[in-house]
Amino acid sequence: MSDKVPVTVLTGYLGAGKTTLLNRILSEPHGQKFAVIVNEFGEIGIDNDLVVGADEEVFEMNNGCVCCTVRGDLIRVIDGLLRRKGKFDAILIETTGLADPAPVAQTFFVDDIVSAKTRLDAVVTVADAKWLSERLKDAPEAKNQIAFADVVLLNKTDLVTLDELAEVEARIRGLNPYATLHRTQRCAVPLDRVLGRGAFDLDRILSLEPGFLEAEEEHACDHEHGEGCGCDHDHAHDEGCGCKHGQGHDHAHEHGHDEGCGCKHGHEHAHDHDHDHAHNHEHGEDCGCGCSERDEAGRIIHRHGGLKHIHDEEIDSVALELEAPLDPEKFFPWIQNLVAVDGPSILRSKGILSFKDDPDRFVFQGVHMILDGTHQRPWNDGERRTSRLVFIGRKLDRAKIESGFSACVAA
Amino acid sequence: MSMTANPGTPPTPSVADRVRILTPGDTVTACGFLGETPVLVLAEGGILFAGTDERRVAAHPGGVILCAACDGSRLLTGGDDGRVVETTVEGTAHEVFSGKAWIDTVALGPAGARAWSAGKTVHADTGKIEPGKGAPKTFAAPSTPGGLAFAPKGVRLAVAHYGGVSLWFPNAAAKPELLEWKGSHLPVTWSPDGRFVVTAMHEPQLHGWRVADGANMRMSGYPGRVRSMSWTATGNGLATGGATALIIWPFAAKDGPMGKQPAMFAPGATRIAVVACHPTTEIAAIGFEDGLILLVRLSDGAEILVRPPGGGPVSALAWAEKGSTLLYGTEDGAAGILTL
Repeated sequence: MSDKVPVTVLTGYLGAGKTTLLNRILSEPHGQKFAVIVNEFGEIGIDNDLVVGADEEVFEMNNGCVCCTVRGDLIRVIDGLLRRKGKFDAILIETTGLADPAPVAQTFFVDDIVSAKTRLDAVVTVADAKWLSERLKDAPEAKNQIAFADVVLLNKTDLVTLDELAEVEARIRGLNPYATLHRTQRCAVPLDRVLGRGAFDLDRILSLEPGFLEAEEEHACDHEHGEGCGCDHDHAHDEGCGCKHGQGHDHAHEHGHDEGCGCKHGHEHAHDHDHDHAHNHEHGEDCGCGCSERDEAGRIIHRHGGLKHIHDEEIDSVALELEAPLDPEKFFPWIQNLVAVDGPSILRSKGILSFKDDPDRFVFQGVHMILDGTHQRPWNDGERRTSRLVFIGRKLDRAKIESGFSACVAA
Repeated sequence: MSMTANPGTPPTPSVADRVRILTPGDTVTACGFLGETPVLVLAEGGILFAGTDERRVAAHPGGVILCAACDGSRLLTGGDDGRVVETTVEGTAHEVFSGKAWIDTVALGPAGARAWSAGKTVHADTGKIEPGKGAPKTFAAPSTPGGLAFAPKGVRLAVAHYGGVSLWFPNAAAKPELLEWKGSHLPVTWSPDGRFVVTAMHEPQLHGWRVADGANMRMSGYPGRVRSMSWTATGNGLATGGATALIIWPFAAKDGPMGKQPAMFAPGATRIAVVACHPTTEIAAIGFEDGLILLVRLSDGAEILVRPPGGGPVSALAWAEKGSTLLYGTEDGAAGILTL
């Protein structure tokens, strides 16, 4: 465990139940003290000294790239909160229903002060089982919030039929097959399923059978969430330049800051690959189902292990695995270039990498064009040493990503 | 900087034995002098008068002090309790303002002026308000201010925010003048002659404007965010932290540092967290993230050791008005007074 303060971000469309979950977290006897950053003071029914208002001031970083944004107010508030030494164990951030999660997540990678003292534990998205399908049609924010999630609480399941539930879960999986899905009523979920997840709980996230995931009725139980939650998140950011743009393997941050943040990704965004790969690629892993089933709107329906995925025409995911060890001299330039060019369309990226002659697993996660990686721990004896990558984004060019990744194998 | 001398280089002279060690027992947020008395501003709401007889004043009971400004006769503090408190030489603290939002920035100006920001609202009391009469003037900044600074003369306030700096005359009805530059501007300072305004940005760089015509100047090359700026005694140089060496930008010419390289001194092992220039001679005190404190002579770069590394990052440095005394504090609650 790192000694950084874990941060959980709560997202979800208006009325989905974020405040219900927040109040539950604050009132249950789990022995943890939270500092809470909210947008609406009035909604929290809990008397907590450490509830702070924030106003969602999204700042563009001064590096000419539109998707490199952070939450200026969060930086200020977290800096202030951290002066209350020992008064809280973790931070919860509630975002408004219309907020894009990207600037929130990027704040924890980009700002050197915030990233030195806190770590993003998980993005938890509360979704309304009854209305999510509608929202996904008319609200791009709702899609982003699902695509960004590490954990999805599918709430108000008592208000829908089993068929409707299967439908909405299939839509969620189509957008983000890697999030843990929980069915809840009034956000009743054991809190250890929401807190202390470890954003680097990648082994599960990257299990290459998307859909092999929990989707159970949850029953609230008083669960003491102790320290040893069993998630091996030992991912100290190296205290470097704070820009974290896919830093090199040896973390020698000696880049000359010639432009603002020093990320130097030439923001030409010359997207000259045309995006009309008419979804004839096989989605996700080769599921062998032929993917010929379609819903009423013509969207491809996949079935993985009995779980249905409804293919989203906009947001998609790509998961890749290589058995052969990688060459860091090839991999880092490739991924940096990939996120520099396609960053705007990549919502999230995650990976566990096996480099040649390196006894440690290298893990990374990213948001748009900002990457944050570290040596996590040594590979265990008997552990499969493979390199796995996951991208969730808009109209990803799977073939291009796959061939680029394959070319990173060490000679 | 290695404290072991290389063969052929004399060891750094030290004045560490002249330091009187203090034990504030809490993170030192800021420090300064009220009259002759050294004063430490502590994170957990207290103020320590560290004269011959130590006294503690609970300026923000139960709160955390987020910002402070001191001009030798007044100490203004703002906290997460939403209060602005002024503490005087006599050691009395009185509340200037109380509201719901955190107080993010405070500033003191000439002729009794003072200002603070709560959320997006900047409040300025230009020293003309008689007790019980009138209220501070307010200005709604376009975003939550990251810094406030009064001009050296007259009553004009620079408000740093997202997208630039607003120059506001609180006593005038005119709209504030906007010095624009994209990005998030945090601490702000005026050159002592009033010709330039400089901010430290969220990006690891400074941005400056010539007030007369709004000409822009960008000062970059830092490895991390700059949180401390201090003008040299002559007012011709701006000394900054944020790098592993002391960086001093030249502002003597009419174009300021445009097209010029900064001077660099005292390269160290860690980044410089705080700088404080001596009030009368060309010397700077620099405090590093590893707790090391040095005095640097700006004419030739000669260094004198004030405090060896340890005890957390240096978080506060201040000179007494005449420059005979240096006060320091660290994040881990170490502090001391050097008498020269």
